[in-house]
Amino acid sequence: MNEEVLSGTRPVRAGGWLHYLANPARFMRVAVPTLPWLSGIALLLCVVGIVWGYAIAPADWEQGDAARIMYVHVPAAWVAMVGYAALAVCSLLSIVWRHPLADIAAEEIGPVGAGFTAVCLISGSLWGKPMWGAYWVWDARLTSVLILFFLYLGHVALIRAFDNKAHGYRAAAILALAGAVNLPIIVYSVQWWNTLHQGNTISLSGGAKIYITMLYPLLISTLGFYLAFIAMVVARICAAICERKTASALLAAAERRA
Amino acid sequence: MNPWPFINGAYGVSVLFLAVAGGLSFARYRRARRRLAAAEKA
Repeated sequence: MNEEVLSGTRPVRAGGWLHYLANPARFMRVAVPTLPWLSGIALLLCVVGIVWGYAIAPADWEQGDAARIMYVHVPAAWVAMVGYAALAVCSLLSIVWRHPLADIAAEEIGPVGAGFTAVCLISGSLWGKPMWGAYWVWDARLTSVLILFFLYLGHVALIRAFDNKAHGYRAAAILALAGAVNLPIIVYSVQWWNTLHQGNTISLSGGAKIYITMLYPLLISTLGFYLAFIAMVVARICAAICERKTASALLAAAERRA
Repeated sequence: MNPWPFINGAYGVSVLFLAVAGGLSFARYRRARRRLAAAEKA
C-alpha cells in the first residue's frame, strides 16, 4: 500500500508525525522541554476552574449548590473516556505497527485513567446522595462507567500478569480494544435507556444547555483536567523510557566489567 | 439536606487525586532522569 501523499513537491508520509514520535529518543527530545510548560498551564487552569466552580459560579436554580460538583465530576468523566480512547489507540498501534512507544504509553495511561474514573465515580456518588437520596443506583450511565473503571484495572493488572512482558502487553492491548465498545455505550446510555442520570448538557452538535457563567468554569476546569492528564502521562512515559535506558546502561557497564 | 459536606468531599477527593497523582508522576520522572544521568556517567 502506498502511504505517501504528495504535499507540494515534498513527499509526506501519511500519519508521519505518529511514526516520528514513536521513536523513544525523539519523543524525549520533544516531551522534556514541553513538560514544564504543560504542567504549569495545567496547574493554572485546574486552580482557576476549581476555585471558580467551588466559590464564584452561581448556584443552580434547581439543584442549588450541589450542582457545583459538576465542575470536577464532568471533567473527570470526560478525561476518563478520552483516556480510554487513547489507551485503545495505543493498543491498536501496538498490535498493528508494533510501535515501541505504544506499549509504554498504554501501560502509563492505565493507572492515571483509572484514577480519573475513580474521581468521577466518587464525586458522582457524593452528588447522588443529596440529589437522589442514594450514593449509588444501578443506572445505565453509572454502571457503564463502573465497567470502564474495571476495564482500566483489568488492563493495569493484565500487563503485569505475565512473566514475559511482551505477552502482557499483547493481552492487555486486546482487552483495551475489546473494551472500547463500552465508550459509545457510556455516551449514549442516557439516550438509549431511561436513566436517573441526567442527559447530556453539552454536545458538539447541539450546543450547551447551561448558562454562560456556569459554562466558562466548566470548560476551564475541563481543559485543566485534560492537560493534567496529558502532563502526568507524558511524565510517566519519560520516566519509563529513562528507567529502561538506565537498566540497559547498568547492564552494559556490568558486562564491560565481567 | 445540607449539600456542603458532599461538595467539600467531591472537591477534596478531586484535589487530593490531582495533587497526589501529579506529585507521584513528577517525582518518578525526576528520579528516573537523575538515575539515568548517574548511570551514564558511571
